[in-house]
Amino acid sequence: MAMAERDPVSGKNTTGHEWDGIKELNSPLPRWWVIVFYLTVAWAVGYWIAYPSWPTLHTYAKGVLGYTSRGEVAQDIAKAKLAQAGWMAKLKTATVEQINTNPELREYAMAGGAVAFRENCAPCHQQGGAGAYGFPRLAADRWIWGGALAQIQTTITHGSRWAADPETHRMDMPRFGDDKVLNEDQISKVADYVVALYKAPDTANTLPGKAIFAEHCVACHGEKGVGNTEVGAPSLKTAVWLYSGTKEGIMAQVHSPKMGVMPAWGAKLDEAVIKELTVYVHSLGGGR
Amino acid sequence: MWGRLRPEFDLIGNDAVRFFLKVFGEPVAGGDMIQTTMARGNHAPSEPYVDSVVRKFVLAATFWGIVGFLVGIVIAWQLVFPALNLDLEWTTFGRLRPVHTSAVIFAFGGNVLLATTMFVVQRTCRVRLFGGEALANFVFWGYQLFIVMAALGYVLGITQGREYAEPEWYVDLWLTVVWLAYLAIFLGTLLKRREPHIYVANWFFLAFIITIAVLHVGNNLAVPVSFTGAKSYSLYSGVQDALTQWWYGHNAVGFFLTAGFLGIMYYFVPKRAERPVYSYRLSIVHFWALLFLYIWAGPHHLHYTALLDWTQTLGMTFSIMLWMPSWGGMINGIMTLSGAWEKLRTDPVMRFLVTSIAFYGMSTFEGPLMSIKSVNALSHYTDWGIGHVHSGALGWVAFVSFGALYHLVPVLWQRSRLYSMRLVGYHFWIATLGIVLYITSMWISGIMQGLMWRAYDQYGFLQYSFIETVKAMKPYYFMRASGGVLFLIGALIMAYNFYRTIKGDLREEQPYEGAGTGQANMAKPASAVAAR
Repeated sequence: MAMAERDPVSGKNTTGHEWDGIKELNSPLPRWWVIVFYLTVAWAVGYWIAYPSWPTLHTYAKGVLGYTSRGEVAQDIAKAKLAQAGWMAKLKTATVEQINTNPELREYAMAGGAVAFRENCAPCHQQGGAGAYGFPRLAADRWIWGGALAQIQTTITHGSRWAADPETHRMDMPRFGDDKVLNEDQISKVADYVVALYKAPDTANTLPGKAIFAEHCVACHGEKGVGNTEVGAPSLKTAVWLYSGTKEGIMAQVHSPKMGVMPAWGAKLDEAVIKELTVYVHSLGGGR
Repeated sequence: MWGRLRPEFDLIGNDAVRFFLKVFGEPVAGGDMIQTTMARGNHAPSEPYVDSVVRKFVLAATFWGIVGFLVGIVIAWQLVFPALNLDLEWTTFGRLRPVHTSAVIFAFGGNVLLATTMFVVQRTCRVRLFGGEALANFVFWGYQLFIVMAALGYVLGITQGREYAEPEWYVDLWLTVVWLAYLAIFLGTLLKRREPHIYVANWFFLAFIITIAVLHVGNNLAVPVSFTGAKSYSLYSGVQDALTQWWYGHNAVGFFLTAGFLGIMYYFVPKRAERPVYSYRLSIVHFWALLFLYIWAGPHHLHYTALLDWTQTLGMTFSIMLWMPSWGGMINGIMTLSGAWEKLRTDPVMRFLVTSIAFYGMSTFEGPLMSIKSVNALSHYTDWGIGHVHSGALGWVAFVSFGALYHLVPVLWQRSRLYSMRLVGYHFWIATLGIVLYITSMWISGIMQGLMWRAYDQYGFLQYSFIETVKAMKPYYFMRASGGVLFLIGALIMAYNFYRTIKGDLREEQPYEGAGTGQANMAKPASAVAAR
C-alpha cells in the first residue's frame, strides 16, 4: 500500500505512512541546511589538520600548527612576566622607603599592591582595609605592630602568632581572669576605667580602676593607654577597637584575651609583591 | 525562508539520503508485505490502551515540576540572600542544588517522558503496552522511589559528587532495574505493533531510552565501600573520571533532554497543528546525524583542563558539526506549522509548542558557539553557562512538556476540553516573561563575570578580585530569581487548570477567536491532507 497523497497546502506528496492520524510529507532536505552542515564538516576537518586531533595507538595527530594548550599558557605567562620584569627587578633591589618616594615605582607598587590586597588580605581585613571584628582596621592611622613602612613589611612577611615562622610577632596579653590575676570585681573596675579613658578622659582619674590599670596594664598599654607597637599592645585611647570598646567587650578581653593570628605571607608571596603590599597598606592608614 | 526553497534546487544531499533511507529508513524487513495485509484507516486498538498509568505519570510530572521549580527558586534567592540557607546543613546551596537539578530533569522531565512515551507508543503502534498495566505500574512506582531515594540522599549529604549523577550506588542499581523494565515495555510494544512502520517519535524515544541506560551504567561504575553503607568510589580516576562524567553529563542533555523531547515534539506538534510532518527525509537524516555526533561532544565541558588536547579538539569539532543536525528537528517542527500558523492565535497550547521549538533552535545554536575554545575561555565557569542551560531547560524542555501535558490531560481524563484555555494563555505569557528575565540576566552577568576575570590594568595586574566579581553579580541574581518566581506561578496556574479539568469543570470564558474546542484533533487523520 503506502499510497502517497498530495497535500493541498504545500503541494507536496506525503509518504503514504500514517500513525494515529499523523502523516509525513516527502519534502527534500532544505538546501541551505545541507550546505551549512557540509561547511561545518569541512571546517572540522580543517581544524583537525591544524590542531591536535585524532589518536592513533601510541600517539595522536599533533596538527600542523604545533599547538598545545599547555604551551599556550606557558607563552602567555612568559609574556606577562617579561612585561613586568623591569618593574619587578627594580622592586627587588629598592627598599620600601625608596619605592614609596619614587613616584613611578610607587604608582606601579600601588597598582600591584591593590590587586594582591584584594586577593589575599581583603577576606579578613575587608575591602579597602576597613577591618572587621577581630581583624584590625588598616584604613586608620592606628597600628598594632607599627605603621612605619619597614614595620608593615615585617608584619606582612612574618605574620602574627604564626607558629611556623620564628620571626613572627608572638607577644600575648596575660589572661587576667583565667589565670586568677584579677577577680571579677577588679576586672569590672578596670574596664570602667578603660572605657572612661577614651570616652571621658576628665573623669577617668577619679575611678577606682585607675590603680589596677597602673599595676597591671601600664607596662604594655602605656600610662595614658596609648599602646605600644613594640609589643603589639593596641592603643586604648581610640574609637577603633579590634574586638569591642564596650564595657562587656573589654571585660571579656581582660578575662580571657582573644589573640588573633595572621599568616606569615613571606612563605607564600614573592618578596616584590610584599613590598607592593607594604606600600599599599601604608597608604591605607594615611601614609604617615 | 524555508518555504521558498524549491525541490529542484535540492541536489546536494538527497542522493546520500536515498542510501540512508535504504539502510535505516525502513525499520521493517519486508515492510511491503506487512503493509498489504494491514487494513488502513482503522485507528482503534485491539484492546484498550494502558492509560491509567499514563495518567499517574502526568500527575507526578506536574507535582515534581512544581517541587523542582520551587527548590530552584529557593537556591536562586539563596544566592541573593545567603542567610536563606537557614544555617542548616540540609538546606545549604550545595545540598539543595542537586535536589533542584534532579527534580526538574529526572522527576519532572523524566515523568513527562515516561507519560508521553507510553501514550505515544501505544497510539502510533495501535497496540496496548507490552507488559500491560502491571509492568507499567512497576516502572511508575519504581521511578518515584528512585526520585525520593535520590533526593533524600542529597539532603542528608549522600552524593557521588558527579553532576546530574549524584545518587549513590544503591540508588543507581535500583534505577537500572526500573529503566530496563521501561526499555522492555517500550521495545516490547514496538515489536508487537500493528503499524507497518515505526513512527519517527518512537525512534527518538528508543534512542533516548537505550542511550540513557548505557550512559547511566557506564558513568556510575563504582565500588561500594561496604554493602551496608552508602559510600562508593568511582572505578575511574583523574581526568578519565572527568571525561567519563562529561561523556555522561553532556549526553544526558543530548539524549534525555534533546532526543527524548524531540520525540514529544514529533508527536504533539503535528497532532496539535493537524498538519503532516514537514519532511520525512529530514527526520531520518537529522535523527542519525544527531545520534552519531552528539555522543562525541562531551569533552567540550573540559576545555583548558588536564584533558588531552586532541580530545578537546574532537569534543569541540563534533559540537560544531552537531549544529545542523540539531536544527533539523527545529526545521521539521516549525515547518510542520506551515498552513496552520493561525493556530498560534487560536490555540495557546500551540504557542507553548512553537515557542519551545524556537528556544530549542536558539539553545542548539548557542551550544556549538560556546563549545568553541576561544568562546569557551570567556563563557566557561560563568553564569553564561547557567543561562544557556536554562534557555534550553525552561524554554525548550519545560515548554514542550507543558504543551504535551495540556494536550494530554483532557484526552486522558476524557474531557471535552481543558477547564480554561485563557489560563493556558496566562501561563504562557507569565512563564515566557520569566524565561526572558532569567536568561537575559544570566547572559549579562555571565559575560560581565568572564570579562571581569580577565580584565588587566596597564601594568598587567588583574583588575578585579574574585569577591568583587561576586558582588557585581548580585542585581542579576535578583533578576534571575524573580524570573524563576514567574515561571513557578505559571506552573501553579497549570496545576490548577489540570485540577479543574480533571474534576470535570469548564470555565465560562470567551473562547479564542476561531478556536474550536481546543481538542478538535483527537484521533482523526490530519484533515488538511486530502486524498490525491
